[in-house]
Amino acid sequence: MITINHYMAVSAALLLIGTVGVMTRRNIVVILMSIELILNAVNVNLIAFSKYHNQVTGQVFAIFVIAVAVAEAAVGLGVLIAMFRNKGTVQADEVDLLKW
Amino acid sequence: MSGDTFFFYAFSALALLGGLGTVLLRNAVHCALALMTSLLGVAGLYLLQGAEFLFAVQIVLYIGGIMVLFLFVIMLVNLDQASKLQQFGRQTPIALVVALAAVAAIFSMLSKSAVLLPASVSLTPLTGGNTETVANVLFTDYLLPFELVSILLLVAVVGSVMMAGKRTE
Amino acid sequence: MPANFMPSAAEYFRFAPEIILTIVGTLVMILEAMTGDRDKSSLGYVSLLGLAAAMAAAVAANNDPGLAFQSMIIVDGFATFFRVLVLGVGMLTILVSTNYLSEAKANSGDFYALILFSVVGQSLMACANELIMIFIGIEISSIASYILAGYLRDDRRNNESALKYFLMGSFATAFLLYGVAWIYGLTGSTNLGEIRTVLSHGTAPTAMVGISAALMLVGLAFKVSAAPFQVWAPDVYQGSSAPISAFMSAGPKAAAFAVMVRVFYTSFDSISNQWEPVFWIMSLATMVIGNFAALQQRNIKRMLAYSSIAHAGYVMVAVTSHSAVGTAAVMFYLASYCLMNIGAFAVVTWMARDGEKFVEVDDFSGLAQKQPFVTAILTVLILSLVGVPLTGGFFGKFLVFKAAIDSHLMWLAILGLLNSAVAAYYYLRVLVVMYFREPGASTVNLPPVAGTLRVAMLVTTLGTIALGIFPGLILGFATQSSTLGK
Repeated sequence: MITINHYMAVSAALLLIGTVGVMTRRNIVVILMSIELILNAVNVNLIAFSKYHNQVTGQVFAIFVIAVAVAEAAVGLGVLIAMFRNKGTVQADEVDLLKW
Repeated sequence: MSGDTFFFYAFSALALLGGLGTVLLRNAVHCALALMTSLLGVAGLYLLQGAEFLFAVQIVLYIGGIMVLFLFVIMLVNLDQASKLQQFGRQTPIALVVALAAVAAIFSMLSKSAVLLPASVSLTPLTGGNTETVANVLFTDYLLPFELVSILLLVAVVGSVMMAGKRTE
Repeated sequence: MPANFMPSAAEYFRFAPEIILTIVGTLVMILEAMTGDRDKSSLGYVSLLGLAAAMAAAVAANNDPGLAFQSMIIVDGFATFFRVLVLGVGMLTILVSTNYLSEAKANSGDFYALILFSVVGQSLMACANELIMIFIGIEISSIASYILAGYLRDDRRNNESALKYFLMGSFATAFLLYGVAWIYGLTGSTNLGEIRTVLSHGTAPTAMVGISAALMLVGLAFKVSAAPFQVWAPDVYQGSSAPISAFMSAGPKAAAFAVMVRVFYTSFDSISNQWEPVFWIMSLATMVIGNFAALQQRNIKRMLAYSSIAHAGYVMVAVTSHSAVGTAAVMFYLASYCLMNIGAFAVVTWMARDGEKFVEVDDFSGLAQKQPFVTAILTVLILSLVGVPLTGGFFGKFLVFKAAIDSHLMWLAILGLLNSAVAAYYYLRVLVVMYFREPGASTVNLPPVAGTLRVAMLVTTLGTIALGIFPGLILGFATQSSTLGK
């Protein structure tokens, strides 16, 4: 029997994978993808809760999360391109003009 | 094993393996493809939970839109050289230890009690199709946030054009 | 379709500031396209007018407090206070930046539009009554700030600053979002009032409520740069243009504190015994890290960044006290902090000049002999940052520590006071350099103080003094509205 707990476990696992990705990868594009993974973990939770509470609020919330994910991806990649043009790298730890 | 159970495990496996691929693969293009797989698995989970509208949004917008954007940028910044470099930063060991501890904590918590959440509050059954219900709630109760998201997208458009746009010198 | 779904005129009235700002922001972008190659400073004045109109609307809306748009927003004294504050921060930022942008040949309507939209987000954060609204407000404000941080896109420092701010910021908001999702799962609602009701029944497992609150706190602590989520602030403030650092250190921070107070005081009121100790530790850590790291800085922007972390720590002390006095202290402190910090960054903007070559503390050497006006301004602002009597900074600190003592946080108050003593050292070093050193290369050919910049300096300085001599000006209103319409 699949309960809400199973969905929460999948979501938590996705959150962890995303977090590890953000913290360990050096390639900024991959870091951005890992953030997308975390946002998807949030959405899995929201959809499952929505079903559990028998409302659609969670689904509406998930739509907003997707909209924000789009905005963040667009801006993040824009910033990345601006930096790539000036500096020619997409490695996070070569961004070292300012002390980390 | 009933159909639902089977599909749950299948889609979850897709989502999690895709996620692992995103984080672990060397070449950024492969990472993007793995992320698509993961998003597909998540979309399947939406379907199992009766969120048909979001299933469609996930496929069309996320996989069709955002991922293409990612691939475009990967082509643009030419990551061939980047994939030959070392992929993982210095914090890797710490991150892995923390992650393993967190995995253990979460799964022990989830396996203990039957249902972690308090009993559901709303008892009114949903009527009508999923898309219709979502639209009703979105355009009445959540009309204001819906309008505000347009500001957010406007800011994102202006910002990304400003950042990545052509130089006029 | 329910018939009562159409919003009433009163609801639009309560939402008028945001509507005005959005319209003016869009208008500025259209004008930008229409004005071609001409000087864009006039667009700055249009934006200033828009902000002033929005401020008037925000004050007027306070005459008819209440909810609007299906309880999405709430207009009460607390919301009005923070709305006016972030609008004021927006106006000061524009005054500080016009001249800077003209010199960098980067004056454009897009910049002003982004400031306006960012202020819309902060204003929404101030009056949001719903987790979804809070989330969208935070995102509008932050995405606009990410872009502003990297506005001069040919400058490598700007690039890096934007990238760091973006990566860490979106990582932190993702955690906030995860916490929000759990709260929704635990309570079945995203409305702050309803969450409060459900949580006070005590049916939700406390451990899970605690984890969700902690996840939300991660996101908010990032926005206010509270330890241990403060690492981004020095790099980002140092790398961005000085006017933008002024903006980021004031507006988004004040709005995030408004959200923090509203969420934790209303929704998480019933689990306050869980979060109060966490806040205690965080406020102490924030003060200590901010002040001790600031001691070692030679770059003035970096020093001000650490000092702004320390100030976030003082505000956290007031939040920890969890009382009406504490709320009033949060409001008063943030108002005086915004004034003095923007003023200080205005001076840095003037000193740094095009390309930001002069941003070391030592670059201020001998300023007193060359430019007495700016020296006087900076002296007052620094004395206020230290917390010398007759300045707004003094009364802010006084109220914060009074609130802490009233709530029996004796140790936190004592440690906080010791921290302010440490802070005096690095602030006074700037004064020593200004008054007792001989003028160096940086102070020989000083640029004139542009009109707009002069206005910003005068407004912040006089405001700081006014708050110090007549704290009743806003303290009365803050105390009145500190009950937060529960």
